[in-house]
Amino acid sequence: MVGLGLGVFVVLGCLIASLLLGAADISPSIVLQAIFQFDGSTEHLIIRTVRMPRAILAVAIGAALGVAGAITQGLTRNPLAAPDILGINEGAALAMVLAVFWRGSGGNYVGFAFGGAMLAAVLVYWLGSMGRSGLTPLKLVIAGAALTYLLTSLTTGILILNQRTLDEIRFWLAGSLAGPDMAAIGPVLPYIVVGLVGSLALGRQLTLLSLGEDVAQGLGLQTAWVKVGAAIAVVLLAGSAVSLAGPIGFVGLVVPHVVRFAVGVDYRWILPYAMLVGAILLSVADLAARLVIRPQELPVGIMTALVGAPFFIYLARSRIKQ
Amino acid sequence: MSTIKPWLSVRPRRLPLSFRVDRRVPGVLMALVALMLLSLVANVSQGDYPVPPLEVVKTILGFPSNPDYAFVVNTLRLPRALVALLVGMGLAAAGAISQGITRNPLAAPEIIGINSGASLVAVSFIVLLPGLPVGWLPIAAFLGGLGAAIAIYLLAWNRGSSPVRLILVGIGLTSLTAAFTSLMITFGNIDDVSQALVWLSGSVYGRTWEHLWPLLPWLVVFLPMAMLLARDLDALNLGDGLAQGLGNRVEWSRGLLLLCTVALAGASVATAGTIGFVGLMAPHLGRQLVGPSYTGLIPVAALAGACIVELADLLGRLAFAPIELPCGVITAVIGAPYFLWLLYRSS
Repeated sequence: MVGLGLGVFVVLGCLIASLLLGAADISPSIVLQAIFQFDGSTEHLIIRTVRMPRAILAVAIGAALGVAGAITQGLTRNPLAAPDILGINEGAALAMVLAVFWRGSGGNYVGFAFGGAMLAAVLVYWLGSMGRSGLTPLKLVIAGAALTYLLTSLTTGILILNQRTLDEIRFWLAGSLAGPDMAAIGPVLPYIVVGLVGSLALGRQLTLLSLGEDVAQGLGLQTAWVKVGAAIAVVLLAGSAVSLAGPIGFVGLVVPHVVRFAVGVDYRWILPYAMLVGAILLSVADLAARLVIRPQELPVGIMTALVGAPFFIYLARSRIKQ
Repeated sequence: MSTIKPWLSVRPRRLPLSFRVDRRVPGVLMALVALMLLSLVANVSQGDYPVPPLEVVKTILGFPSNPDYAFVVNTLRLPRALVALLVGMGLAAAGAISQGITRNPLAAPEIIGINSGASLVAVSFIVLLPGLPVGWLPIAAFLGGLGAAIAIYLLAWNRGSSPVRLILVGIGLTSLTAAFTSLMITFGNIDDVSQALVWLSGSVYGRTWEHLWPLLPWLVVFLPMAMLLARDLDALNLGDGLAQGLGNRVEWSRGLLLLCTVALAGASVATAGTIGFVGLMAPHLGRQLVGPSYTGLIPVAALAGACIVELADLLGRLAFAPIELPCGVITAVIGAPYFLWLLYRSS
């Protein structure tokens, strides 16, 4: 419990830091004024319309991706699984690109992202469990890599057919928190909240499930329903995250490992901690992405990949014995 | 009941060389060459300004019946179609060798990350140094691919190298290089980026003689070298211990073969971007046609790869005309399901 309190405290610290730091130098007192006594000056506008949505977005999406990763790893009993490795994020991204291609940018396409994420999730699960040996961790990851390759090249194909779409979404496609304002975040936030609350409620069942399907069934768990529920939560979380910020990789992979190292194997604890650690990780990554080449900025997806890909390689070296 | 020998042995008197290939190889080779030439002519004849196939042949041989044909065929379409052939050969041969070295049917250069290293370096060149002559691109991509290959091999080394770890480390390294590549894409000038993106998804769009000439020497040197080394590859395929027992200098020939893979893949990627899954599909196709011995397999796979890329390019140009899809998108759409099917069968 102390850890959770501390985590909330750090998340608040990250929120404040994201408000205080950025391309423009704005003093803390003005930041306070912008929040409580808004007067429409440029600095206040920066705080209200640029930094605040961004800080909230980093926390919300970090939490969503962290939890989605933890559930995916629990559900597949696979240390290398995460929505981005398995192609779920890419599925959502392809659906978003299709939506922008047909209807132009600016609309609310979160429904498309859910659809794409769901299709990709079903597909990768089905592909990974084909064959005699059933669902093995290795096959799931390789099927995910092939699916990601396929979806990425379809996305590229569409972008080549249409340079307008490319110019509108290339920053989004690299994974960025810079785009959406409060009006865009508002309609998606409820889905993230529902997904997070729903997955916290599944903590006990996921712990049972991680003991193995047979054991869980023997203990009276209706595994099919738990799996469906957990899959819906992953689709909600990954889909909303991608629809707002593009396919940000590796948060979902790294966070559960960090958390498991700290709190063990009980998903009743892993899930809330994954929420907090995800929020912290993405906030810090976003701050770094904003500050390293000030006043320019990097897409945060690149920052997370720089940290996450070596971590993936480390896991592949140490966890896969064959 | 006469038994037909399954092998053909070739022992030229003058040359210090002998090899043995599957009996099916000559027939298959001839069929593939015919298919390759047919698809070349089909590719050159189709487009906004159709040229009848017979005229294509006449124009290529130097007897154009219409000066327009000479321009359309010799200047616009032929170099592109030839680049497609060469790139297909390079990628397919590289795929066959890397599958042999790793003794892993799934280890194509794109899966184990060689292509992504090459493409990172090449995209950086396109975006950061747009004025650079294209002749330098193959060398840069070769170095990028070599760097990636060495990194993957070292990272996957954990008290011995395992094919599975090789693939997983390749996936990880691919994401890492992809992150840097998208960095380039995000910050480049939109026109350079658009060009880089077409290139990245694997395309022979707008390739001219100027692109063809720098590519040719790489294939001329390394494809025969790969074929000469094919016997060593067959030995390596039996396992390191047995290969050593048969008198093979294991590390030496593996190093040379790795060099061939990287050179062929790097030069092809530098010319036409990452045309995915050719290096995976062509060797498997070849194995079904002529069996697993690499002496026959490498040339067969190379020709099969040439046909695949040529036909994919044709399809990409015709499917959504007048807009072209890069042939890499076509090969990925066909190749990724094929890859998954192989995965299903191998488990």
